[in-house]
Amino acid sequence: MTLRHWARRAGVCLFLLTTAGLSGTASAATTLDTVKGRGQLLCGVNTGLAGFSNPDSQGKWTGLDVDVCKAVAAAVLGDANKVRYVPLTAQQRLTALQSGEIDILSRNTTWTLTRDAQGLNFLPPVYYDGQGFMVNKALGVTSAKQLDGATICVQTGTTTELNLADWFRANNLKFKGVVIEQLDELLAAFFAGRCDAFTSDESQMAGVRASVAPKPDDYVILPERISKEPLAPVVRHGDDQWKDIATWTLYALLEAEERGITAANVDQQTKNTDPNVQRLLGVTGDMGKMLGLDNQWALRAIKAVGNYGEMFERNVGKGSPLKLERGLNAQWTNGGLMYAPPIR
Amino acid sequence: MDRPALPPPAALRSSPLHWVRRNLFSTWYNSLLTLLILAAAWTLVPGLAAWLVGHAVWSGDAAACRAEGAGACWAFVAEKWRFSLFGTYPVEQHWRPTLAMLLVVGLLLGSADRRLWGRPLLLLWPVVLLLAGLLMQGGVLGLETVPTYLWGGLPLTLGLSVVGLGLAFPLGVLLALGRTSAMPVFRALCTVYIELVRGVPLISILFMASVMIPLFLPQDVTVDKLLRAQIGLVLFAAAYLAEVVRGGLQAIPKGQVEAASALGLSYWQRTRMIVLPQALALVIPPLVNTFIGFFKDTSLVVIIGLLDLLGAAKSALTDPAWRGFYREAYLFVAVIYFIFCYALSRYSRHLEAQLSKGRRR
Repeated sequence: MTLRHWARRAGVCLFLLTTAGLSGTASAATTLDTVKGRGQLLCGVNTGLAGFSNPDSQGKWTGLDVDVCKAVAAAVLGDANKVRYVPLTAQQRLTALQSGEIDILSRNTTWTLTRDAQGLNFLPPVYYDGQGFMVNKALGVTSAKQLDGATICVQTGTTTELNLADWFRANNLKFKGVVIEQLDELLAAFFAGRCDAFTSDESQMAGVRASVAPKPDDYVILPERISKEPLAPVVRHGDDQWKDIATWTLYALLEAEERGITAANVDQQTKNTDPNVQRLLGVTGDMGKMLGLDNQWALRAIKAVGNYGEMFERNVGKGSPLKLERGLNAQWTNGGLMYAPPIR
Repeated sequence: MDRPALPPPAALRSSPLHWVRRNLFSTWYNSLLTLLILAAAWTLVPGLAAWLVGHAVWSGDAAACRAEGAGACWAFVAEKWRFSLFGTYPVEQHWRPTLAMLLVVGLLLGSADRRLWGRPLLLLWPVVLLLAGLLMQGGVLGLETVPTYLWGGLPLTLGLSVVGLGLAFPLGVLLALGRTSAMPVFRALCTVYIELVRGVPLISILFMASVMIPLFLPQDVTVDKLLRAQIGLVLFAAAYLAEVVRGGLQAIPKGQVEAASALGLSYWQRTRMIVLPQALALVIPPLVNTFIGFFKDTSLVVIIGLLDLLGAAKSALTDPAWRGFYREAYLFVAVIYFIFCYALSRYSRHLEAQLSKGRRR
C-alpha cells in the first residue's frame, strides 16, 4: 500500500468516524452477506502454534485451526482459498472478533463461561485439550499425586500457572515452580533437567516430546488431567445464522468421518444409497438451503479439507511430526467426545 | 586535540611485543584482566566454534539436526530464510520486496554521501518510497496485487523503520521547536504531547492502535493494521526525537540567534539556516542512538500480530517439522539486525567527524 493510499484511507476513516459518531447508525448486514459480498472469509488464527496454525516454509498457513477456516470458506464461498488469515495474539483475538476485524476466530481458544457471556458464541470444540504433567521416565513417577515437593517448569502469565497452583492446593501438595515466559527457554530448562516435571496442555506436551525432546522415549505424560480445555472456534453474538453455518460445517466434517466419507471418495459417495450420506452431501433434502447456503456446502467442505479424522491425522496426528493420539478427540463410537447431532 | 610535532620513534610504533606490553599488560590489574579473558576465551571459543561450524549441520532435514552430537542446525536457516525474510508474501513474487528493499537501501547509501545532499535528493525520497510501496502492493503495470496483510519479514521491518523515521523526524523537529518556542499555548501543547507519549511504553501505544481503535470504529470500518501500527510508531518516535533535538537547540549559544535577528532574518530563516544546522550536527550521536533503538523497537509489532523479521522467524519456529531450533533462528535474525545497526552507527561516527571539523582545533 502506498503512502497516498494510506493517507486517503486515513482521511476516509476520520470522515466515517465523525459521521458515524454523529448519526449513530450501524450497518445491519448479516455476516453471511458481508462475507459473500467481500468474497473472502476473514479468519483469525494464531501467529504460530505447531499443528494448529503455523506458516509453512512457503508462507502458506497450515494446521487444524486453519483447516476450519478453509472448510467454512469452502462451504460459504465455494473456494477454500478465499480466506484471509489474520494472525492474532492472545490479547487481541477477542477484540478483533468483537470489532468486526474478523468473521470467525479459529485460534485454539478455550471455551469458558466468562468468554461465552462476553459477547461471544462458541462453536463445537475442534480439539479437547487438558493440562497435564510430563516427567522423565528415570524419575519413576506414575501419577501426578507423587509430585509432592517437585520442581515444576511452567510458562508464566497463562492459566496453566493458575491451574497448577489450584491443583496442588486442592490436593494438599507442595511444589517449587520454575516460571519462564518464553516456551523455548522453558523447554530448554526442562530438557536440561532443571525441573522434575513440565506442565502444559497435553497437545503441547505431546508435540514437544515428539519434536523437541532429545530422546522422546525418555519422557512420559502422566495420566492426570488437571483442567478441561475445549478449544473451539468463536463467532460474535447476535448473528445466529452465521453461527449455525459455522457450527454445522464442523458437524458435517465430524459426520463425514463417522460415515467414512473422505476428501478422496466424496464424489463417489454421492451415489451412496444411505439416506444419511445423501442428506449430508446434498443429494436429497435441503440441508444447505436451510442454513442459507446451497445444498453442496458440506460436499465442498469435505472435498477441501477432508473429514475431521483426516484433518486431525494430517495436522497433529500420525501423519504429522506431533504424533498426537486421538484420545478424547476420537469419534463417540470409539470412546471419544466427537459427536455430530443428526443432519436431517 | 593537540598533536605532537614529531611522530613517535619507529621502534615504539612497530614492535608487536611493545604493543602487547603497553596495551594488555600495562599494570598488574590489566595483566590480570587480560589473563582472565584469555582463560575465558580458551574454555569458550573451541566449544562455540565446534557448535557454530565444526559439528554444524548445513543441509538435510530436522532429523539430521537432532542426531547425536550435531551442532548448529543451519539446515533450518536454509529451509526457513525465505519465510523469515519475507513472511507470508507469495513466494513466486519475492523478487518484488527484494527489489523494493534494494531501492530503499540504495537510496539510504546514496543519502549517506554528503556531496549528494540537496533538494533533488529530498524530492527523490518520497518518489522512491512510493515506488517501493507500489512494487510491494502491485495492482499496476500488470503486477499482481499483494495486500498489506501478506507483507512481512525484513521489508516490513525496513518499511516501518524508514517510513516511521522519515515522518517522525520532521515531526520531532517541529515538536522540539514548539517546546522551545516563545508562544505559551504552542509550547504547552508540545510539552504535554511529548511528556504524555514518553510517559507510556511503546507496547501500550501499539496496543491502543490495534485493540482499542477498532472498538471505537463502526463494525464495517477497519483501518489497515499496518497503517495503525505505522501511525503509532511515528507518534512514539517523534516524541523521543523531539527531546533529542531540543537538547541540540539548547546547546546553541543565544548570541547566534540574536546575531541572526540583528541581520534581519525571520524566525524560519534563523531556524533553517542558523539554528538547526548547528543543533542537529551537535546531536548526531543521540539521534543515531534513537534511530537504532527505533529500528529494533519495530520488532514489538509482533504483539499486534504483524510478522516482521523477528516475528516471522519466531513463526517459522512453530513449523511442526522444525521445532526447537530457536538458537539458529535468533542468530540469523540477530546478524541481520546487527548489519543494519552497525552500519548506521559507523556512518554516524563518520558524519560526526565531518560535521564537527569546524569545532575541532
